[in-house]
Amino acid sequence: MTRPDPNLYDYWPYQGRPKIEWPGGKKLAFWIAPNIEYYEFDPPPNPQRQPWPRPNPDIVGYSQRDWGNRIGHWRLMDLLDKYDMRGSISLSIGLIDHHPEIIEACKERHWEFFSHGIYNTRYSYGMDEAQERAVIEDSIKSAQDATGDRIRGYLAPALTHTERTLDLIAEYDFWYSCDLFQDDQPQPLKTTTGKLVSMPYSLEVNDVITYSVQGWSPQRYTDILIRHFDQLLEEGEESGTVMCIPLHAYLVSQPHRLRVFEEALKHIAAHRDDIWITTGAEIAQHFRDTYWDQSLADISARGVATGGTGFAPA
Amino acid sequence: MPLPEDYLTYPHRSHGMDQDLYYWDPADRRAPVQLASGAKAMATIVVPLEFFPLNPPGEPFKHPGAMKTPYPDLRHFTTRDYGNRVGVYRLLRALDAAGLKATFAVNAEIARRYPPLIEAIRAAGHEIAAHGVSTAHIHHAGLSGAEELALIENTRKAFPEARTWMSPARNQSFKTMDLIRQAGFDICLDWEMDQRPPPMRTKAGPVHALPLMNELGDFKLLLDRSQSEDEWADQILEAARFHVDEHEQRGAQCFAFTLTPYAAGQPFRMHAVRRILEGLASMEGLTVATATDTVDAFSEGTT
Repeated sequence: MTRPDPNLYDYWPYQGRPKIEWPGGKKLAFWIAPNIEYYEFDPPPNPQRQPWPRPNPDIVGYSQRDWGNRIGHWRLMDLLDKYDMRGSISLSIGLIDHHPEIIEACKERHWEFFSHGIYNTRYSYGMDEAQERAVIEDSIKSAQDATGDRIRGYLAPALTHTERTLDLIAEYDFWYSCDLFQDDQPQPLKTTTGKLVSMPYSLEVNDVITYSVQGWSPQRYTDILIRHFDQLLEEGEESGTVMCIPLHAYLVSQPHRLRVFEEALKHIAAHRDDIWITTGAEIAQHFRDTYWDQSLADISARGVATGGTGFAPA
Repeated sequence: MPLPEDYLTYPHRSHGMDQDLYYWDPADRRAPVQLASGAKAMATIVVPLEFFPLNPPGEPFKHPGAMKTPYPDLRHFTTRDYGNRVGVYRLLRALDAAGLKATFAVNAEIARRYPPLIEAIRAAGHEIAAHGVSTAHIHHAGLSGAEELALIENTRKAFPEARTWMSPARNQSFKTMDLIRQAGFDICLDWEMDQRPPPMRTKAGPVHALPLMNELGDFKLLLDRSQSEDEWADQILEAARFHVDEHEQRGAQCFAFTLTPYAAGQPFRMHAVRRILEGLASMEGLTVATATDTVDAFSEGTT
């Protein structure tokens, strides 16, 4: 049986929300999420989605993504170093085994890691609960073994979900999900256990959407990032907003794009005094510690909360 | 096997239209209309507020904004929902700043789910138009009369006072116009055959068709055609200026365009929204008004 509404969060009008202030009185929490993904050469089929647009092996698609890890990642890391910004990595956990050099370099820089599934060619569609638990447990353990840290964020592989995905990650004490796109501020999610925050990530300014789906030029992407930032910073004066730039080195680090993209970072970095340049986990932690109860109270006061939990209405 | 013989017979082949919903009335054979206000042209902003369920039936086709990936497509559900909880409040604020009133075309399902949004729209003095039950309830010729009547009655219950109707995905059956007029709607945003709001014939009386230009649609231009925000804004402002300039030759004309909250209400598009609204508000000879005020102004116009 399918449902019309996920019931994962309640309606919360953007107008008149109680004020959020980020640490240091900052108006906007800014984070960058490089997706460091591993796409398999000969992935097994999933009944609901083809792994590659062409039959395996899809040489251009595969090798461009590998280029992202061999060449592009290192360019992007240099660029973020230049602006003293840390990445929050949306990690294909399998990459830990394939390319530990990338993990080490990110760890040295105190970048955050969160799980983006095992491979970006293995989808959640059709998994039973035990299989989905195995992916989550593998993610936690593999990342912990490689970095010493417990991961706190989740973005389902290739944005493929089941009805239980968010309940499961909440149960495993994840702090935030990047899977939902309904807001520019964090919001508590209605999971059966845990304390899971819906973290603004973004498809609208995600480089996969802008470069590949919309087909926009490097300059247009930069213009959009600057306008997006300016609007959210202005609104952050009333109540703190979140802006994420989700990136993929195989796209943004292309030689014809990276220096144009840098103009957007330069613009954002010039507003350092007003913004909190941070990571996904730090935003989630601050929200959970400071604004969780305030948000729930305001949502409840709007009189339209529906009760129940995700995919289980009251 | 050739086509049947009647494939080459043309029963409606005569002067005028091949249907009875309205008559043929070419632009250069009619008297120009002058509006009592003295406005040379009118523009109407239509803000659709739509509910996109996770499990759309896809009958008789998938709504252009419907889910795209396998169930549960949380990605598209939440991307659309962004408009109803965040984007629309940005549009309300921008309309207020420009001093303009719009027509919000609302699914009954949105009114049921999000009463605070409906209150905010009413409190700001905008028009609320009925936009069917939801994007999963498309009117089409495959529905029985009773099925379509039920859709319209359910929508009417959510909007007892609305005069303006817009069908989900602007799709109709052959009976829709009769049924909406019988339910008391006398303005419709589905048809765009004219540059005035001409009366259409139904069994229950006239319904005025205010032209909502699909070629100016924000979803179409910004998402389907990937045009830039500046190109989009320029085209809307040019359409308005064109009608002001054509007034001398053709009299008063009108057009409507959409501001879709999940598209236009994105942070990086608000600069273009503000430019459109300020440009229209300050344009000499142009009046921006709701669908009902525009239709009433033309009904009271003189030739």
